[in-house]
Amino acid sequence: MSGVRVLVGTRKGAFIITSDGRRESWNIEGPHFSGWEAYHVAGSPANPDRLYAATSSDWFGQVIQRSDDGGRTWDTVGNEFNYVGEVGEHQWYDGSLRPWEFKRVWHLEPTADDPDTLYAGVEDAALFRTRDGGRTWQELPGLRGHGTGPDWMPGAGGMCLHTILLNPQRPGRITVAISAAGVFRSDDHGETWQPINRGLHSEQIPDPEAEVGHCVHRLAVHPANPDVLFMQKHWDVMRSDDGGDNWREISGDLPSDFGFPIAVHSHEPETIYVVPLESDSERFPPEGKLRVYRSRSGGGDWEALTEGLPQEHCYVNVLRDAMAVDSIHPCGVYFGTSGGQVYASRDSGDTWQAIAGHLPPVLSVEVQTL
Amino acid sequence: MTVEVVLPAPLLRLARVDGPVQLDLEGTATQRALLDALEERFPALRGTTRDQRSGRRRAYIRFYACSRDLSDVSPDEPLPPEVCEGREPFLVVGALSGG
Repeated sequence: MSGVRVLVGTRKGAFIITSDGRRESWNIEGPHFSGWEAYHVAGSPANPDRLYAATSSDWFGQVIQRSDDGGRTWDTVGNEFNYVGEVGEHQWYDGSLRPWEFKRVWHLEPTADDPDTLYAGVEDAALFRTRDGGRTWQELPGLRGHGTGPDWMPGAGGMCLHTILLNPQRPGRITVAISAAGVFRSDDHGETWQPINRGLHSEQIPDPEAEVGHCVHRLAVHPANPDVLFMQKHWDVMRSDDGGDNWREISGDLPSDFGFPIAVHSHEPETIYVVPLESDSERFPPEGKLRVYRSRSGGGDWEALTEGLPQEHCYVNVLRDAMAVDSIHPCGVYFGTSGGQVYASRDSGDTWQAIAGHLPPVLSVEVQTL
Repeated sequence: MTVEVVLPAPLLRLARVDGPVQLDLEGTATQRALLDALEERFPALRGTTRDQRSGRRRAYIRFYACSRDLSDVSPDEPLPPEVCEGREPFLVVGALSGG
């Protein structure tokens, strides 16, 4: 391994943090897209120098940027995201119905084999795909048109499609998660969809068997074990062993089962990470101690990882797309905070160092192993 | 005719220019024709001042010229003569909000 490239999206632009394979000293480069909200920056597995960035602004809308040289230079590509057909209606916070309206791209998911093909999860929730490197985007309308739309509602951050999992073992299987609708799965490349939320229980939903409406914050999966899904829900950490058909709770002895990100160790499919937060109003670490919790048994039993992380007076948030792993041995784990810190561990979470201390609030963290 | 357009800083960076932009317009100079010409010359600006499908002005974008707010003037109205004659610029402004 020659090194790692950490792609950091923030409220005021994107930063690229690099190191050689030892992961001891780090170089910060940026901001790119200064002043724009960089919700997500992602690299193509098929060509690591091909990067995409989803940048947006309340004033100027959505802009997609593309780099072909590992982030040194960027060019805008297509930014037209049009819903197909009837836009339909979803619930608003007060229970009234509102029409779907495109606001921004939350998440980009490049495909394994083609740097020109990637998916975009957007707010208001929908899934788009490009096959021409971002020049044009087409909605996969079967998801939004599933028929349960009137029961979807926005989470506090908006009604976003934030997680896209492309199954490496079953071509055509795509799993997505939406706040607050839940998890949906397609087995035909995104043409048709079914909700897979059996076993999720949300206090706010009167029907305990509700098909949709669940505030799923994030899904994670190990590529070698794609039928085992891990979920951080608004409350509850969950697990499915059958591709999402059934879910069971694995919150176990966590100090809080509220949080946003969840990640899986790159070499140990049963080792997972979460960052518990107090909620519903606080959204900061319990006791002011920033602790990543690791389970080496696939959930249930958790240990606090604290070495190198602030253990007093720490009141930051860690958002859903702001945690990632590299594929070096031992596994590197990375996360960014609302306080502008990016922390890295080069020993599977045992110890941590701040590799950036004063960035704008971090929205997303991705890692490329080069 | 040549009209001058002043862009806000984020759009200058997006368009990779560092000052007012001169645009040549043919026929009747309207707001729509001006924005069409702007986006034709700087494709990176597509969708940043108006919705690409409906053409509707983005909520936090305002248009001014000759000390007048033209934001809600029909996009097919002729621009003020001073703008058409190059004596006054057409201003694209990001609304101040949020303190």
